[in-house]
Amino acid sequence: MTGMQVIFLINALVSVLAGIMLATSRKLIHAGLWLILTLFGVAIMFGLLEASFLAIVQGVVYIGAIAILIIFAIMLTRETMEESHGKRTRWILTSIVALITLAGILLALLTWPQSSSLTLPLSEEQQSIAELGLALVDPERYLVPFEVASLLLLAALVGAVYVAVERKGEEK
Amino acid sequence: MIPLSWFLVFSAVLFSLGAFIAITRRNTIFILMGIELMLNAANINLLAFWRYLHAPAGDMDGLMFILIVFVAAAAEAAVGLALIVSAYRRRKTVIANELDTLKG
Repeated sequence: MTGMQVIFLINALVSVLAGIMLATSRKLIHAGLWLILTLFGVAIMFGLLEASFLAIVQGVVYIGAIAILIIFAIMLTRETMEESHGKRTRWILTSIVALITLAGILLALLTWPQSSSLTLPLSEEQQSIAELGLALVDPERYLVPFEVASLLLLAALVGAVYVAVERKGEEK
Repeated sequence: MIPLSWFLVFSAVLFSLGAFIAITRRNTIFILMGIELMLNAANINLLAFWRYLHAPAGDMDGLMFILIVFVAAAAEAAVGLALIVSAYRRRKTVIANELDTLKG
Protein backbone atom coordinates (compact mmCIF):
# COMPACT_ATOMS: atom_id res chain seq x y z
CA MET A 1 0.00 0.00 0.00
CA THR A 2 1.52 3.28 -1.08
CA GLY A 3 1.33 6.69 0.57
CA MET A 4 -1.19 7.92 -1.99
CA GLN A 5 -3.51 5.05 -1.14
CA VAL A 6 -3.29 5.79 2.59
CA ILE A 7 -4.13 9.44 1.94
CA PHE A 8 -7.03 8.36 -0.27
CA LEU A 9 -8.46 6.00 2.36
CA ILE A 10 -8.19 8.51 5.22
CA ASN A 11 -9.72 11.24 3.08
CA ALA A 12 -12.52 8.96 1.84
CA LEU A 13 -13.31 7.93 5.42
CA VAL A 14 -13.44 11.53 6.66
CA SER A 15 -15.55 12.69 3.69
CA VAL A 16 -18.05 9.85 3.96
CA LEU A 17 -18.36 10.34 7.74
CA ALA A 18 -18.94 14.06 7.16
CA GLY A 19 -21.54 13.15 4.55
CA ILE A 20 -23.31 10.84 7.02
CA MET A 21 -23.27 13.57 9.65
CA LEU A 22 -24.68 15.94 7.03
CA ALA A 23 -27.46 13.47 6.24
CA THR A 24 -28.42 12.96 9.88
CA SER A 25 -27.83 16.34 11.52
CA ARG A 26 -30.88 18.03 12.92
CA LYS A 27 -29.60 21.59 12.87
CA LEU A 28 -29.37 23.13 9.43
CA ILE A 29 -26.32 25.27 10.23
CA HIS A 30 -24.37 22.18 11.38
CA ALA A 31 -25.35 20.47 8.14
CA GLY A 32 -23.90 23.45 6.24
CA LEU A 33 -20.58 23.06 8.07
CA TRP A 34 -20.48 19.30 7.45
CA LEU A 35 -21.16 20.06 3.77
CA ILE A 36 -18.00 22.22 3.74
CA LEU A 37 -15.95 19.31 5.14
CA THR A 38 -17.36 16.94 2.50
CA LEU A 39 -16.63 19.39 -0.31
CA PHE A 40 -13.10 19.81 1.02
CA GLY A 41 -12.68 16.05 0.83
CA VAL A 42 -13.79 16.17 -2.81
CA ALA A 43 -11.19 18.89 -3.46
CA ILE A 44 -8.49 16.60 -2.01
CA MET A 45 -9.75 13.83 -4.34
CA PHE A 46 -9.24 16.20 -7.28
CA GLY A 47 -5.72 16.81 -6.04
CA LEU A 48 -5.09 13.05 -5.85
CA LEU A 49 -6.25 12.80 -9.48
CA GLU A 50 -3.47 15.26 -10.42
CA ALA A 51 -5.87 18.04 -11.38
CA SER A 52 -4.38 20.75 -9.16
CA PHE A 53 -6.20 23.59 -10.91
CA LEU A 54 -9.58 21.93 -10.47
CA ALA A 55 -8.81 21.23 -6.80
CA ILE A 56 -8.28 24.97 -6.27
CA VAL A 57 -11.41 25.81 -8.29
CA GLN A 58 -13.37 23.32 -6.18
CA GLY A 59 -12.16 25.07 -3.05
CA VAL A 60 -12.93 28.55 -4.35
CA VAL A 61 -16.24 27.88 -6.09
CA TYR A 62 -17.83 25.25 -3.86
CA ILE A 63 -16.49 26.10 -0.41
CA GLY A 64 -15.91 29.80 -1.00
CA ALA A 65 -19.08 30.56 -2.91
CA ILE A 66 -21.76 27.88 -2.88
CA ALA A 67 -21.37 26.65 0.71
CA ILE A 68 -21.18 30.21 2.03
CA LEU A 69 -24.25 31.11 -0.06
CA ILE A 70 -26.10 28.14 1.46
CA ILE A 71 -25.11 29.23 4.98
CA PHE A 72 -26.31 32.78 4.21
CA ALA A 73 -29.61 31.36 2.98
CA ILE A 74 -29.90 29.31 6.19
CA MET A 75 -29.37 32.45 8.26
CA LEU A 76 -31.86 34.47 6.19
CA THR A 77 -34.54 31.84 6.79
CA ARG A 78 -33.72 31.30 10.43
CA GLU A 79 -37.17 30.43 11.72
CA THR A 80 -36.78 27.01 10.14
CA MET A 81 -33.22 26.31 11.23
CA GLU A 82 -34.19 23.20 13.15
CA GLU A 83 -35.99 20.48 11.35
CA SER A 84 -37.97 17.72 12.93
CA HIS A 85 -36.94 14.35 11.60
CA GLY A 86 -40.46 13.53 10.53
CA LYS A 87 -41.87 10.05 10.34
CA ARG A 88 -39.57 7.15 11.05
CA THR A 89 -41.06 5.04 8.26
CA ARG A 90 -40.13 7.77 5.77
CA TRP A 91 -36.49 7.58 6.87
CA ILE A 92 -36.42 3.79 6.65
CA LEU A 93 -37.99 3.84 3.19
CA THR A 94 -35.59 6.46 1.83
CA SER A 95 -32.58 4.67 3.34
CA ILE A 96 -33.68 1.53 1.51
CA VAL A 97 -33.97 3.50 -1.75
CA ALA A 98 -30.51 5.03 -1.25
CA LEU A 99 -28.98 1.64 -0.40
CA ILE A 100 -30.55 0.06 -3.49
CA THR A 101 -29.08 2.90 -5.58
CA LEU A 102 -25.66 2.29 -4.04
CA ALA A 103 -25.90 -1.47 -4.53
CA GLY A 104 -26.93 -0.98 -8.17
CA ILE A 105 -23.97 1.28 -8.89
CA LEU A 106 -21.54 -1.06 -7.12
CA LEU A 107 -22.93 -4.06 -8.99
CA ALA A 108 -22.48 -2.27 -12.31
CA LEU A 109 -18.94 -1.44 -11.21
CA LEU A 110 -18.08 -5.03 -10.30
CA THR A 111 -19.24 -6.39 -13.63
CA TRP A 112 -17.31 -3.73 -15.54
CA PRO A 113 -14.11 -5.23 -16.97
CA GLN A 114 -11.76 -2.21 -16.83
CA SER A 115 -12.51 -1.20 -13.26
CA SER A 116 -9.06 -2.02 -11.91
CA SER A 117 -6.92 -0.49 -14.66
CA LEU A 118 -3.86 1.45 -13.58
CA THR A 119 -2.54 4.54 -15.24
CA LEU A 120 0.59 6.28 -16.41
CA PRO A 121 1.84 9.42 -14.69
CA LEU A 122 0.90 12.65 -16.48
CA SER A 123 3.51 14.57 -18.42
CA GLU A 124 4.53 18.11 -17.47
CA GLU A 125 2.63 19.58 -20.40
CA GLN A 126 -0.67 17.96 -19.46
CA GLN A 127 -0.54 19.37 -15.95
CA SER A 128 0.21 22.94 -17.01
CA ILE A 129 -2.46 25.54 -16.42
CA ALA A 130 -1.15 27.59 -19.35
CA GLU A 131 -2.13 24.77 -21.70
CA LEU A 132 -5.62 24.71 -20.20
CA GLY A 133 -5.96 28.48 -20.55
CA LEU A 134 -4.88 28.40 -24.19
CA ALA A 135 -7.35 25.61 -24.92
CA LEU A 136 -10.15 27.67 -23.36
CA VAL A 137 -9.73 30.64 -25.72
CA ASP A 138 -8.89 28.69 -28.88
CA PRO A 139 -11.80 28.89 -31.38
CA GLU A 140 -10.85 25.44 -32.65
CA ARG A 141 -11.21 23.90 -29.21
CA TYR A 142 -13.25 25.18 -26.27
CA LEU A 143 -14.02 28.84 -26.97
CA VAL A 144 -17.73 28.29 -27.64
CA PRO A 145 -18.45 26.27 -24.45
CA PHE A 146 -16.45 28.84 -22.49
CA GLU A 147 -18.52 31.75 -23.83
CA VAL A 148 -21.79 29.86 -23.37
CA ALA A 149 -20.80 29.17 -19.75
CA SER A 150 -20.11 32.84 -19.13
CA LEU A 151 -23.48 33.73 -20.66
CA LEU A 152 -25.15 31.19 -18.36
CA LEU A 153 -23.45 32.74 -15.33
CA LEU A 154 -24.56 36.22 -16.37
CA ALA A 155 -28.15 35.06 -16.87
CA ALA A 156 -28.09 33.29 -13.48
CA LEU A 157 -26.74 36.43 -11.81
CA VAL A 158 -29.41 38.68 -13.31
CA GLY A 159 -32.13 36.10 -12.62
CA ALA A 160 -31.06 35.60 -8.99
CA VAL A 161 -31.06 39.36 -8.35
CA TYR A 162 -34.45 39.74 -10.06
CA VAL A 163 -36.03 36.92 -8.05
CA ALA A 164 -34.55 37.78 -4.66
CA VAL A 165 -34.91 41.57 -4.71
CA GLU A 166 -37.46 43.01 -2.30
CA ARG A 167 -40.05 45.06 -4.15
CA LYS A 168 -42.13 47.73 -2.47
CA GLY A 169 -45.84 47.03 -2.10
CA GLU A 170 -45.59 43.29 -2.55
CA GLU A 171 -45.40 42.33 1.10
CA LYS A 172 -48.35 40.38 2.32
CA MET B 1 -1.18 4.24 -7.80
CA ILE B 2 -4.75 4.35 -6.60
CA PRO B 3 -7.02 2.00 -8.59
CA LEU B 4 -9.76 3.66 -10.61
CA SER B 5 -12.44 1.60 -8.87
CA TRP B 6 -11.66 3.24 -5.49
CA PHE B 7 -12.65 6.61 -6.86
CA LEU B 8 -15.79 5.14 -8.41
CA VAL B 9 -16.83 3.47 -5.14
CA PHE B 10 -16.22 6.69 -3.21
CA SER B 11 -18.29 8.68 -5.67
CA ALA B 12 -21.07 6.05 -5.57
CA VAL B 13 -21.25 6.37 -1.77
CA LEU B 14 -21.30 10.17 -2.01
CA PHE B 15 -24.02 10.05 -4.66
CA SER B 16 -26.20 7.76 -2.55
CA LEU B 17 -25.80 10.06 0.45
CA GLY B 18 -26.80 13.03 -1.70
CA ALA B 19 -29.83 11.17 -3.06
CA PHE B 20 -30.78 10.15 0.47
CA ILE B 21 -30.64 13.77 1.66
CA ALA B 22 -32.57 15.06 -1.34
CA ILE B 23 -35.36 12.50 -0.84
CA THR B 24 -35.61 12.49 2.96
CA ARG B 25 -35.44 16.14 3.88
CA ARG B 26 -38.36 18.50 3.53
CA ASN B 27 -36.37 21.70 3.96
CA THR B 28 -35.60 23.08 0.50
CA ILE B 29 -32.11 24.24 1.54
CA PHE B 30 -31.33 20.67 2.62
CA ILE B 31 -32.59 19.36 -0.71
CA LEU B 32 -30.26 21.79 -2.48
CA MET B 33 -27.34 20.52 -0.38
CA GLY B 34 -28.15 16.96 -1.44
CA ILE B 35 -28.17 18.01 -5.08
CA GLU B 36 -24.77 19.69 -4.66
CA LEU B 37 -23.42 16.48 -3.15
CA MET B 38 -24.70 14.45 -6.10
CA LEU B 39 -23.11 16.90 -8.56
CA ASN B 40 -19.81 16.54 -6.71
CA ALA B 41 -20.00 12.75 -6.91
CA ALA B 42 -20.58 12.99 -10.66
CA ASN B 43 -17.60 15.35 -10.92
CA ILE B 44 -15.29 12.86 -9.21
CA ASN B 45 -16.44 10.21 -11.67
CA LEU B 46 -15.84 12.49 -14.67
CA LEU B 47 -12.38 13.47 -13.48
CA ALA B 48 -11.39 9.89 -12.58
CA PHE B 49 -12.46 8.54 -15.98
CA TRP B 50 -10.66 11.39 -17.70
CA ARG B 51 -7.49 10.81 -15.69
CA TYR B 52 -7.39 7.04 -16.18
CA LEU B 53 -8.71 6.60 -19.70
CA HIS B 54 -8.22 9.85 -21.63
CA ALA B 55 -5.43 11.88 -20.06
CA PRO B 56 -2.69 9.55 -21.37
CA ALA B 57 -3.97 10.31 -24.89
CA GLY B 58 -3.51 14.03 -24.20
CA ASP B 59 -6.98 15.54 -24.60
CA MET B 60 -8.59 17.94 -22.15
CA ASP B 61 -12.27 17.21 -22.64
CA GLY B 62 -12.65 15.88 -19.10
CA LEU B 63 -11.33 19.07 -17.51
CA MET B 64 -13.64 21.19 -19.67
CA PHE B 65 -16.59 18.98 -18.77
CA ILE B 66 -15.94 19.55 -15.07
CA LEU B 67 -15.49 23.30 -15.51
CA ILE B 68 -18.88 23.46 -17.26
CA VAL B 69 -20.43 21.42 -14.41
CA PHE B 70 -18.92 23.92 -11.94
CA VAL B 71 -20.55 26.79 -13.82
CA ALA B 72 -23.90 25.00 -13.98
CA ALA B 73 -23.73 24.17 -10.26
CA ALA B 74 -22.90 27.76 -9.34
CA ALA B 75 -25.78 29.07 -11.47
CA GLU B 76 -28.13 26.48 -10.00
CA ALA B 77 -27.17 27.30 -6.41
CA ALA B 78 -27.51 31.06 -6.98
CA VAL B 79 -30.93 30.86 -8.63
CA GLY B 80 -32.17 28.13 -6.26
CA LEU B 81 -31.21 30.03 -3.13
CA ALA B 82 -32.69 33.25 -4.55
CA LEU B 83 -35.96 31.37 -5.13
CA ILE B 84 -35.85 29.95 -1.59
CA VAL B 85 -35.26 33.39 -0.04
CA SER B 86 -38.03 34.85 -2.18
CA ALA B 87 -40.45 32.06 -1.23
CA TYR B 88 -39.54 32.50 2.43
CA ARG B 89 -40.29 36.21 2.22
CA ARG B 90 -43.76 35.60 0.84
CA ARG B 91 -44.82 32.44 2.67
CA LYS B 92 -42.61 32.50 5.80
CA THR B 93 -41.58 28.90 5.21
CA VAL B 94 -38.97 26.92 3.29
CA ILE B 95 -40.51 23.48 3.92
CA ALA B 96 -41.27 21.87 0.57
CA ASN B 97 -44.55 20.35 1.84
CA GLU B 98 -45.91 23.74 2.82
CA LEU B 99 -45.14 25.42 -0.51
CA ASP B 100 -48.32 24.04 -2.03
CA THR B 101 -49.99 26.98 -3.76
CA LEU B 102 -50.07 25.05 -7.05
CA LYS B 103 -51.77 22.05 -5.42
CA GLY B 104 -55.17 21.39 -7.00
